[in-house]
Amino acid sequence: MTTLLEMRGITKTFPGVRALDNVTLTVEQGEIHAICGENGAGKSTLMKVLSGVYPHGSYEGEIVYDGTPLHLRDIRDSEARGIIIIHQELALVPLLSIAENMFLGHEVAERGIINWQKAFKQAEGWLKKVGLDEPPGTMVGKLGVGKQQLIEIAKALAKDVRLLILDEPTAALQENDSAKLLDLMLELKAQGVTQIIISHKLNEIARVADRITVIRDGATVSTMGRQQISEDRIIKDMVGRDMAHRYPERHPQPGEVLLEVRNWSCWHPDQADRQMIKDASLTVRKGEIVGIAGLMGAGRTELAMSIFGRSYGKGHRGEVRMGGRPIDVSTVAKAVAAGISYVTEDRKALGLILEEPVVRNVTLANLPGVSARGVLDKRREARVAEDYRRQLAIRTPGVQQKVVNLSGGNQQKVVLSKWLFTNPQVLILDEPTRGIDVGAKFEIYTIMKDLAEQGRGIVMISSEMPELLGMCDRIYVMNEGRIVGELARGEASQEKIMGMILKGEGKAA
Amino acid sequence: MAEKSNMGSLLGGRLRENGMLLALVAIVVFFDVMLKVNGKDFLIPQNITNLFLQNGHVIILALGMLLVIVSGHIDLSVGSVAAFTGAVAAWMTVTLKLPFYVVIPAVLLVGAAIGAAQGYWVAFWRIPSFIVTLAGMMVFRGATLWLLGGQNIGPFPPEFQALANGFVPDLLGIGKPHGLTLLVIALAIGVQFWAGFRARARDAEFGLAPEPPALFWGRNLIVAGATAFVGWQLANFRGLPDVMVVLTVLTVLYAFFTENTTTGRRIYAVGGNEKAAKLSGIRTDRLVFLCFVNMGALAALAGMVVTARLNSATPKAGTGFELDAIASVFIGGASMTGGSGKIVGVVVGALIMGVMNMGMSILGVGIEYQQMIKGMVLLIAVIFDVYNKSK
Repeated sequence: MTTLLEMRGITKTFPGVRALDNVTLTVEQGEIHAICGENGAGKSTLMKVLSGVYPHGSYEGEIVYDGTPLHLRDIRDSEARGIIIIHQELALVPLLSIAENMFLGHEVAERGIINWQKAFKQAEGWLKKVGLDEPPGTMVGKLGVGKQQLIEIAKALAKDVRLLILDEPTAALQENDSAKLLDLMLELKAQGVTQIIISHKLNEIARVADRITVIRDGATVSTMGRQQISEDRIIKDMVGRDMAHRYPERHPQPGEVLLEVRNWSCWHPDQADRQMIKDASLTVRKGEIVGIAGLMGAGRTELAMSIFGRSYGKGHRGEVRMGGRPIDVSTVAKAVAAGISYVTEDRKALGLILEEPVVRNVTLANLPGVSARGVLDKRREARVAEDYRRQLAIRTPGVQQKVVNLSGGNQQKVVLSKWLFTNPQVLILDEPTRGIDVGAKFEIYTIMKDLAEQGRGIVMISSEMPELLGMCDRIYVMNEGRIVGELARGEASQEKIMGMILKGEGKAA
Repeated sequence: MAEKSNMGSLLGGRLRENGMLLALVAIVVFFDVMLKVNGKDFLIPQNITNLFLQNGHVIILALGMLLVIVSGHIDLSVGSVAAFTGAVAAWMTVTLKLPFYVVIPAVLLVGAAIGAAQGYWVAFWRIPSFIVTLAGMMVFRGATLWLLGGQNIGPFPPEFQALANGFVPDLLGIGKPHGLTLLVIALAIGVQFWAGFRARARDAEFGLAPEPPALFWGRNLIVAGATAFVGWQLANFRGLPDVMVVLTVLTVLYAFFTENTTTGRRIYAVGGNEKAAKLSGIRTDRLVFLCFVNMGALAALAGMVVTARLNSATPKAGTGFELDAIASVFIGGASMTGGSGKIVGVVVGALIMGVMNMGMSILGVGIEYQQMIKGMVLLIAVIFDVYNKSK
């Protein structure tokens, strides 16, 4: 085997932060090489160095590609050498056709005039290669994420790819689409395309990768071959500590029932005949942390948001009770008044006003709490924000700092502060640790624990099963809009949850 | 890294406000020197009075426009609405012979109703405001022509004209200099320093990096000096114009509303991130609707002021007002995507436009160059903003 790529001693610094610290990566010709690491470990930065987003000279160290030193100026430069990266957020234009997207920037043209017949013909060929059975004239926006992913790959193939980099390619895919994609990767490997996959789904890595490099805190921790792959070792290398201490110790003492949802149903906002939530029922007790597990698209966020002031869906049906009494949750304001808070999974788009300071974000959901007859008391407001800053240890130079300048974990704490200031009885947290680093995760868990001990009810929606198992007293399992099972802390395991999802799938079909 | 950008944004925010003020002063000085060189006068009582009389409507419109733009929208119809409401006022006053105390509130209601009619589609049907108000711009221009039958209506009784040309009588009876004017100006300067010190004390209390004393004193002395100068000049002419009183009251009111009330705060939240605001329990559509209602009422006020000044309602009145108002808001530092902008900035922005109009006219700069220069000033001001943000 020959070496296709060697990155040696790559160091990249941003003002005040060392994103990459002496990283080494060797990729052999024709292999699938997986890169693992926590969020913020430096995976994306490394790939940006490799694909020319950060040009030669903006980092230290050297890259040898195909036996010669690689000095990239920009992405076009790297693409010309067959290094193509497919980002997690797909870069397709939804209103253009498959063929138009595929040749965007490299149109099949003579003297600037596109030969559509030829382009469509070629597009068909590439689509066949990736196993996508769609006419090349189809508008991309009409296709699902899985198919769009395939188009990205076809697009890469059309550019004579030699080293294909896939950044978390299955993050947004359903199980069967993921499987298809992994098969395709193996097929491409057989055709001699070298690939790098960034992923933290260990089962996928185990399936396709020949070797794994683990990166932590901007440095290479280890590279292991296929035979040495073990989940425990990867996890240990990724987090650098034992799993046992990743969650705070809890002594749950669940009290009376707070939130009770009975036979809750709702329909898709645009497609009136598509039922998104099907007769969901659940309860949350005082001092309890209740998890909702499920795959992406299972309806967990939709359930939470439809309860929270009908923020999702149409045609809501069912009953919501708080402390035994039916409550009105028809608007967000009413749901908040009834004691429910919902911390969104997408804090940047739905949770925060990024260009406003911490203080204004903290008080936004409860302005009456810092005003009298509609006039704000800014002194009181600043004091409230300052209190939360201290309580939740929000790391910011001051509460007048714009939240856009805060790290993910601290932004999440600002969103939490906003909802805590409404003094909720039940707090629904949707993916509360998404996109934040390990240390901050532990802090969020600790906050959750404290809130439960104060007697609040916590609902935690998460796609990370270990997190649910580590934190929750009970776990509901959702699939295709239905709650398909409920597991107590003692009996829950990843296998059981997966089993319920799969059985639930059988039932729904 | 976070600390660094914090300082940057803090200084940046103040840099913008102070920069605006400095630009206004610089422009005034520039024209004064240029005109002196040409043997003409600029800073004379007549001109200062006229500055406010001739630009009052722009400031009135810009106050409402700021709210609309902060909420993430735009209103292109205000010029036509001002013309139409001016025509309605003329029709009621001249044709129906109704007294001014009936006409003024009635016309304000007409304006609010027009704002509501447009805001309804924007807020509740989510039709882009650009489209709705572009339609409104055409519709109300047509409605003005229809109501006036293509002719001017006028003249007005003096009580109505006072809306534009009136002066506050000298209740102190000193004569010249106008005593009441001096008293009011002195009070204004006192309030300015009191508010400045209060804000400074509050900044310290909130743990904000204090503004360097030199900057604080420099700015306040410039503002106080300018106020005293303007006051003295006005006092030696005809005293305080009624329009100026209206403008001052409105400015203070809207500044207070935007910065110190829950509703004002929520409007900024809507423009900053509508989805987040909605999920925080804020009724975003209703706030957008109210911004348009408010804009309509202010357009009516501006329409009446202009009609009163011209002493007749004309079919061509109000042409281009919307652009002056929008330009003032952006020169004043509001964000194009909504969510930020200050009342004080907007007023200074409108004054910059007004001073340039007047200065260039007296200098004898042709209208063609005036337009080009004003366009460039708008562009430069916004580029300055974007540049500061990207740093």
